Amino acid sequence: MTGMFGSVAAIGAGLAVLGAGIGIGRIGGSAVEGIARNPEAAGKIQTVMLIAAALIEGVALFGVVVGFLGAKA
Amino acid sequence: MRFLLRTLLFFSALSWSTFASASSKTDEEGFNVSEYIMHHIQDAHEWHLWGEGHDATSIYLPIILIDNGVKVFSSSHFYHGKELHLNNEHCFMGTGPAEGYALVHEKIYALEGGQLNIHDGHVTNAMPWDLSVTKNVLSLFIGVGILLLVLMSTARYYRKNGAVSPKGIAKFIEPLILFVRDEVAIPNIHGGKHVKYLGFLTTVFFFILVNNLLGMIPVFPGGANLTGNITITMFLAVCTLLITVFSGNKNYWKHIFATPGVPWLLLPIMIPIEIVGIFTKPFALMIRLFANITAGHIIVLALISIIFINKSEAWGALSVPMALFISVLEILVAFLQAYLFSMLSALFIGAAVEEDHH
Repeated sequence: MTGMFGSVAAIGAGLAVLGAGIGIGRIGGSAVEGIARNPEAAGKIQTVMLIAAALIEGVALFGVVVGFLGAKA
Repeated sequence: MRFLLRTLLFFSALSWSTFASASSKTDEEGFNVSEYIMHHIQDAHEWHLWGEGHDATSIYLPIILIDNGVKVFSSSHFYHGKELHLNNEHCFMGTGPAEGYALVHEKIYALEGGQLNIHDGHVTNAMPWDLSVTKNVLSLFIGVGILLLVLMSTARYYRKNGAVSPKGIAKFIEPLILFVRDEVAIPNIHGGKHVKYLGFLTTVFFFILVNNLLGMIPVFPGGANLTGNITITMFLAVCTLLITVFSGNKNYWKHIFATPGVPWLLLPIMIPIEIVGIFTKPFALMIRLFANITAGHIIVLALISIIFINKSEAWGALSVPMALFISVLEILVAFLQAYLFSMLSALFIGAAVEEDHH
């Protein structure tokens, strides 16, 4: 398998995804907690959670794109 | 739920049955995963339908070059031309009307004295203006055709029947349009000014949605990675930028050049930040959509590559359910990214037309 082996760009992309995982995990946790406290607002909380998760994912994918740019060949 | 499980089990069972048949595959050059993935997410001058190598069935799209005059010819003159390997670059030399040009990694170069000059792995020949109908362009036309068909039928229904409860295609489209109006436009653009921008927001929403979903269909006419093409997302982001900048009212520009509540000593720092902020917001829109859709396609392609790396169809029992799961996730991402792009555009436009209420 050639390509990303030994490329520091892959490590950078992995770190970016680490940040995204932590961030979105926290959002998911808070959203679930919010729904547990107030089950009636579940719809609104879910919408806000998806939006926040997509925004964080956007930032993480910035990192992945930079990883692409830095990859060997 | 049971239907889903049964389908998964059926396809897994199909792939397990191949353990019995010995698969002896002779490969000429080995399977290069990154090349396979990159080839499938990038644009191309042909639309490959099925088959391998020389007896592949593809749609050869027209190549339109502007190089001292307009040259139009089918790309089969490249793909069925001379295939060479120069300095580890796989290139196609054009024959017939494509004489004097070469295709390297889907880019067209003009041959200088019949030669391709390659320095440090980069081709340094001149490139003519390439206005070809490529795979992405054709996919764009197909997506636009679908959009026009569906949305104009919806409009025609209302024009004929007035503001009634709809039937037919309008019944399917109406909740989506109401969603864009009530959840995207009105909450973000206050004061009743959303009406002017509703056309743009619905267009952007449906355009991104239809092209994302078309990209998830593996066979023609889907499967071209259009919204994962950074030029397309750049154009959409530029549209948002232009609309935001040209509908900015006095209050908006006041917020940028004289942010209220900022002491005047800090203004030399704040003004460049705010000006750069005008551009970074659509830039983030562009990168977000491009990276999300391309990353999704890469994941699906990488999972399917598991079968080819291990050179046995039986690996499909692992690869296909995983790819199926990721594809379902990608359908969610398709909707989410369309919603997010239009919502953020509405947010930026709303900030531009906001009235002062201090």
